[in-house]
Amino acid sequence: MNTKNLRPFLPVLGVIGLVAVWSLTTWRVWVDPVLLPSPIATFLALWKGMDGGALGFDFVKTVYRTAASTAIAAVIAIPLGIVLGSSERLYRSLEFVIDFFRSTPASAMFPLFLVLFGVGDETKISVAAFGAILVILFNVAYGVMNARKTRLLAAKVMGASRLRVLFDVTLLESLPQTFVGLRNGVSLALVIIVVAEMFIGSQDGLGHSVFEAQQLFDMPRMYAAIFAAGVLGYGLNLFFLLVERRFVHWSGK
Amino acid sequence: MSAAPQAVRLQPADAPATGATKRPHVTIRGLSKRFDKAVIYDNFDLDIPRGELISIFGPNGCGKSTLINIIAGLIPPDQGQILFDGMRLDEIKFGYVFQNYREALFPWLRAFDNIAYPLKMMQVPSDERRDRTERLVARLGIKLDLNLYPYQMSGGQQQLVSIMRALIVEPEILFLDEPFSALDYEMTLFMREQLQRIYMETGTTTVLVSHDLEEAVFLADRVLLLSRHPARVADFPAVRALRPRTDATLSDPEFVRTKAHCLDVFQREVRRA
Repeated sequence: MNTKNLRPFLPVLGVIGLVAVWSLTTWRVWVDPVLLPSPIATFLALWKGMDGGALGFDFVKTVYRTAASTAIAAVIAIPLGIVLGSSERLYRSLEFVIDFFRSTPASAMFPLFLVLFGVGDETKISVAAFGAILVILFNVAYGVMNARKTRLLAAKVMGASRLRVLFDVTLLESLPQTFVGLRNGVSLALVIIVVAEMFIGSQDGLGHSVFEAQQLFDMPRMYAAIFAAGVLGYGLNLFFLLVERRFVHWSGK
Repeated sequence: MSAAPQAVRLQPADAPATGATKRPHVTIRGLSKRFDKAVIYDNFDLDIPRGELISIFGPNGCGKSTLINIIAGLIPPDQGQILFDGMRLDEIKFGYVFQNYREALFPWLRAFDNIAYPLKMMQVPSDERRDRTERLVARLGIKLDLNLYPYQMSGGQQQLVSIMRALIVEPEILFLDEPFSALDYEMTLFMREQLQRIYMETGTTTVLVSHDLEEAVFLADRVLLLSRHPARVADFPAVRALRPRTDATLSDPEFVRTKAHCLDVFQREVRRA
């Protein structure tokens, strides 16, 4: 047996281990079954919920809100980041403000945004966008500022104008860092959206689903909703990684 | 394979400006440059002869790279005038090869498009860009898969792409800043051969900065030996060995003598601290 062939299956081992420990725990009743349902009960709740049930609807709602807030954030933050990054002096003068708001928990902004936008989708999407904007902006600006000096010089020596250098070199140079920003931004947006769905008079979304199941003491459904949120977070990150690998093929090389 | 005629090779080494049989290609007059408190060049004059391969060699930090960076317009001089046949830099075509090929090439472009990029900047239509790039590759006889991206190539191949990118505009003068110092020894030997071939094929005035004396002498028609800064021309001897130079050249008495002389001058300058 060649152990090398087993390599692709290694990640599965952790999953099997987790499910095994979980099964054992519920089978031996080490934990109150009301608090921790069996893996089978949880999986059935997940399957029923996603297959035309309420969970599937909530899932789609959360995807929509996260995607909308990330898209808005990207459209605002990427051009702004390029402008800020192109002028080190401009960036330095705004650095403190950006870092300050980047460090402020976006959830602290809920009440303010509630006053501004009411209790609808706009509030959730705009708070999440606010958080994501700062993360993306910061990364894009750094990507632009850290563009390799030799590459910029090379373009200049070959007769490229300042605008050409910006489009032919600086922008492409900043792409790997921009994708770091997008991945962090979408993760943060998801966190904010799920929290917002729990508390601000929400009628739907994964956050609402988790919260409602907990209120009704429907534990399999609650765990199912948590897993759905996990799958979504992992999937979004993977999506951006795949897009990056396709379009920024030189990243990390 | 006969060597290109090197008419100026036999002129007196100590009078490159006045005794030249051809007009000098580059004239540098009154060049001054300082970084903070260090005076690198103070009223420096130099003539670079046409159609020759010049190596620049000198003690560490004497301003070898600074000199070609000033000539090629990458660093502005504090004072002084540099003319190419009486013209300014922005009126001529030139090529520049960086030491760090990894950071000088564009990783998002295939090798072919990297080489053609300067033509794009000159607004050459894309058909003609393709033709000219293919012609250059054929003429230099370089066997490379130009559909690869730079990061898929070895260091030497990447530097060859850099050199071709510098040559694509048919430059009047070619600058190379320690082009092989990031390569391993085997690749360096191969690249010296390639550069010599390219030089013999094109006859372009070439200015090469090197930190390896053997390489500097082996490749050059003339070795510019600089003193510690503020840099003066310590000596500017001609290297009379015939081209193409081979491994046998390294043990040729004339070559050995020239190299020994350069080493003498270098050590004299190093001790002058």
